[in-house]
Amino acid sequence: MSFWTDPIAIIENLISGWLAGLGMGEGWITFILAFLGAAVYALVVMLFVVLLIWVERKILGRFQDRLGPNRIGPWGIFQTIADMLKIFTKEYITPNGVDKVPYNLAPMLAVAGVLAVWAVIPLGATIFGANLNVGVLYVVAIGALGELGIILAGWSSRNKYATLGGFRAVALLVSYEVPLVVTLLIPVLFSGSMGMNDIVFAQKSMWYIVLAPVAALIFLITSIAENGRAPFDLTEADSEIVAGFNVEYSGLKFGMYYVADFMHTFTIAFLFATLWLGGWLGPWAEKYPMLGIFYTTFKAWFIYFTILWLRGSLPRFRIDQMINLNWKVLTPLALVMLMLTAVVNHLIPAGMLVVRILALLALNGALLFVTGKLLDRFAGQTKRVVVALEPRPVARPEPVATESGTGV
Amino acid sequence: MTALQIIFLFVAAVTLASAVMVVSARRMMHAALWLVLSLAGVAVIFALLDAGFFTVVQVLVYIGAIAILIIFAIMLTRKAMEDVGPQLNRGWWLAALAAVGVFAGLAVVLVSWPGVNASAGAGPDANLIVTFGKDLVDPHKFVMPFEVASVMLLAALIGAIYVSVEHKGGQK
Amino acid sequence: MIPLPWLLVFAAALFCIGLFGVLARKNLVAILMGVELMLNAVNVNLIAFWRYFSAAGEDSTRAWTFVAVVLVAAAAEAAVGLALIISVYRRRKTVVADELNLMKG
Repeated sequence: MSFWTDPIAIIENLISGWLAGLGMGEGWITFILAFLGAAVYALVVMLFVVLLIWVERKILGRFQDRLGPNRIGPWGIFQTIADMLKIFTKEYITPNGVDKVPYNLAPMLAVAGVLAVWAVIPLGATIFGANLNVGVLYVVAIGALGELGIILAGWSSRNKYATLGGFRAVALLVSYEVPLVVTLLIPVLFSGSMGMNDIVFAQKSMWYIVLAPVAALIFLITSIAENGRAPFDLTEADSEIVAGFNVEYSGLKFGMYYVADFMHTFTIAFLFATLWLGGWLGPWAEKYPMLGIFYTTFKAWFIYFTILWLRGSLPRFRIDQMINLNWKVLTPLALVMLMLTAVVNHLIPAGMLVVRILALLALNGALLFVTGKLLDRFAGQTKRVVVALEPRPVARPEPVATESGTGV
Repeated sequence: MTALQIIFLFVAAVTLASAVMVVSARRMMHAALWLVLSLAGVAVIFALLDAGFFTVVQVLVYIGAIAILIIFAIMLTRKAMEDVGPQLNRGWWLAALAAVGVFAGLAVVLVSWPGVNASAGAGPDANLIVTFGKDLVDPHKFVMPFEVASVMLLAALIGAIYVSVEHKGGQK
Repeated sequence: MIPLPWLLVFAAALFCIGLFGVLARKNLVAILMGVELMLNAVNVNLIAFWRYFSAAGEDSTRAWTFVAVVLVAAAAEAAVGLALIISVYRRRKTVVADELNLMKG
């Protein structure tokens, strides 16, 4: 095995050999290696976020016909580092009357909830934190930590807007978790395993996005909602509730929420790539695991760009629209999808790949068609509530001086 | 003592301490947070007992759903509970007595039970989840409890919605 | 491995703390939290017995079924219980168990 086939294993062997030379026991070496691995992994992910924030601001700027950050460094690439330094040097403000322990605990939980997901995302055939056999469940479970971080922040701030934001966030997270979990079951169904790496291996014959495009779409929508990102950013709708659950946070604590938000988006992209786009699969990926990192990241960037695109183009949902979308469209669709996919998957033997793909694609198309028809039908029936007060005088756009005597 | 035993003692101590805080904290929100810690401790104990699946399910169901629901309920009923005055009933010492009595009884019965010195056999095989999943839908095994549990969940879902929905138009 | 009595005593202690919470607390939500602790203690017991007596045996999934049913029951209980509490709060503006004495003669 040369260095370039699997450098991580070689480095691991080097360190463990060195530690054994120091006379350490087997258990301790495993512990230290796991600890080091986790620390390095987390650090790399966190540092990646620095680049990510710049990318997001730059791309979003272009979407909105702006330049984006462009002052510090070439193409403004060091802008985030400047912002980081600013945030680090800010004062730690703890407002009067907050509940101190939850207030300080909440940002940590928010970051931890995102970072912990990375433990099960495989980046290569041999490169992963842990190949849990309940990986998919773990991802869902760990998301609860993030929810806890948000609800605690909203409650402990003792601020009307923060509490409202927290309420909204939790209503959104709890309800969107239902279709998310249901769609997560579809890769599990296809691969017969809940381990992330097994799911990637099982996609060798065909990526799951081809087998279940509707489920992949629902997964994308619900993950964006879980992240609380536009168009689902009502948790921090600045025109309605100032900035939501994190109003009272400043300095580094706010920075943690900021980082958690960006990291969450990127994590979603990686999860999507792993579950639906074949993860690290690609030419020679099994022989050279390092290539897997490249493939996963490439696929994830693609999804990340799509999420940015959605953020740049779509207006924000109202809260009732959002809840309606979830309970009246996404949840039933996901459930029907799961049942029909299970039936079709069972009826057609695994050997007949082409037939299977065609049948599943036809099923997806039919489902989309029926959903569209039903939506059209019910959209015509619902009464649109016009929320308007009595007519008020409108400020004239013309300069007042040119219209003397109108009194406007 | 092995490392596993030390970890167990530590986790058990944290879990029990936070459970005590759950029943004694004056502020409801703090009690709920201690509850989360306590549930997490139980999850770790499941992990120590090689039940990785239930560790994750514990976090998912208890911390992800039940604790969040409880916190939600506390936030919704906060005005009534400004957390003033005693949080325990007047007869709390009777309750304490009962709890200690039950504990003593349970401990005596358990420790004097002859099977208590059983040593753990081999760990579960790695594919136990697969077996478990198949057994749950196997008519000769546990499909009945599985279906009953499903119906119970559905009933709870409908019941919860019916109870908590606001009936418009006067008292019901 | 952890000695079985430790686990059983731990579960019994957790159960009794939960019992104390149920009996002594005034707030309905707190009572519910006590019930959750008790259910958790039951699960610890079930998992411990599974690990010590049938982890590798033929019926190794039997205990798991019990645990799963307890988990489902806990979820259902929390949902209905909290719905009841919120409903009571809406009508009576209180969540203190002692003040819900409408049925008292």
